[in-house]
Amino acid sequence: MSEGIQSIVTAVGALGGFGLLFGAGLAYASKKFAVETDPRVAEVMGVLPGANCGACGYPGCSGYADAVVKGAATNRCPVGGAGLVTKLSEIMGVTGDAPGQRMVATVHCVGGEAECGPRFVYDGVKTCQAAQVIGGGDKSCTFGCLGYGDCAGVCPFGAIVMDENNLPVIDEEKCTGCEKCVVTCPRSVIAMRPDNSLVQVRCKSQDKGVAVRKTCKTGCIACNLCVKACPFDAIKVENNLAIIDYSKCTNCGLCVAKCPTKVIKGQLENRPKAVIQDGCIGCTICKKVCPVDAISGELKSAHLVDAEKCVSCGACVTKCPKKVIKM
Amino acid sequence: MGNLVVIFIGAILINNFVLSRFLGICPFLGVSKQVETATGMGLAVTFVMTVASAVTWVVQTYVLQRFDLMYLQTIAFILVIASLVQFVEMVIQKSSPTLYQALGVYLPLITTNCAVLGVTILNIDSSYNLLESMVHGFSAAIGFSLAIIIFAGIRERLEFANIPKPFQGFPIALITASLLSIAFLGFQGLQLL
Repeated sequence: MSEGIQSIVTAVGALGGFGLLFGAGLAYASKKFAVETDPRVAEVMGVLPGANCGACGYPGCSGYADAVVKGAATNRCPVGGAGLVTKLSEIMGVTGDAPGQRMVATVHCVGGEAECGPRFVYDGVKTCQAAQVIGGGDKSCTFGCLGYGDCAGVCPFGAIVMDENNLPVIDEEKCTGCEKCVVTCPRSVIAMRPDNSLVQVRCKSQDKGVAVRKTCKTGCIACNLCVKACPFDAIKVENNLAIIDYSKCTNCGLCVAKCPTKVIKGQLENRPKAVIQDGCIGCTICKKVCPVDAISGELKSAHLVDAEKCVSCGACVTKCPKKVIKM
Repeated sequence: MGNLVVIFIGAILINNFVLSRFLGICPFLGVSKQVETATGMGLAVTFVMTVASAVTWVVQTYVLQRFDLMYLQTIAFILVIASLVQFVEMVIQKSSPTLYQALGVYLPLITTNCAVLGVTILNIDSSYNLLESMVHGFSAAIGFSLAIIIFAGIRERLEFANIPKPFQGFPIALITASLLSIAFLGFQGLQLL
């Protein structure tokens, strides 16, 4: 018994002694070799989200903290958003740079297993990266989402989940715009878009319409109906694929209704309708500019917007000379 | 004296820690993109391994063996190595912030570098005395530095080579490392005694 206790005591004593000895040595060395660090680095580090996603272009949050203190822009972190920019600007004592437009990831493919079957039976490693190497992927469409969820795996914020149709679904609330999924996707199906752009072409296929029809039930067949439907010249068809210019798109959603294969998707609920307030002089400009004839009224009398017809494009708002139309 | 030369040459060429014993692969692959940082890593490892060899030998002989605490060998040695690494980290951060930044996470990782723990345990297993242990630790670290610097030199050139896409990055680095290892296999035939 006492022998056992003795061996415990010597073991604890020996290791504890070493620990004390080395600890004291290191404490002395840390004084002697102390490096003066900018206290602001720790402060900046404290307010950064700590996700280490690398979206700012620096290696992790500590890299960005160093860079901010050395004078880098305070609006590089998409995760922190506008709130973070103000905090960083306060710490650094600079007038904050405006936070960039919030960008979110969009999956440009809606042809899941049900709509677009496989070309061959793929038995390999269940990742998109591997599937893409084997004969260019097992999907019958050579542009669409392979559905093995590489993007969902790489997302550091859990913003991507695969649905039962093997398509990634992006939670735009959680998406911080770090672009990890964009880089990971071997078929470049995922792209970034400004979060206030509500209409997207959900297809990447550059095949001719006939070929698309054969492989996928819901692909862009380059029929040009959306181009004709767009009152704002925001859609063009290039390489057999409709592309929306987000800077021109007004989210009116007319193309969404026209698209015969339903690849143009819009998050069109909850858009504000145009309302003409007091002060209308009845100039009829809004009436002429409205792409859906939702505005009625006689010359020189107040006009009215038919909320049923209004598509929230905002064209009248910008054109009104009296600025009395609000969304 | 002749014995020390044998240990020295043996640890560098014949039983190279990286290329023959496959110890310390982590920094070997991680910090070998530039010759400059590879040299810095080599120096840091050389210091840690030499001093660790000496200190662990003293710890082993005068504490662990005397008090019959051999079973604490691993944890005691890691304690010694971790403290040394902390010390080296402070010195490098003070003296060369650039090198500190370039080494990055691999500097604290020397703590758990199997090459360092490996050399201290091999010292004990080979029943070296204090001087032999230090020479062995030093030469093993020189061997490590030699391997990592040669490797970094090759990787610097690989940057400009036209490598097929699937092999870019780590795959080609691993292939290069294995070829280097095969090349060092040639030294196995060296007759030292």
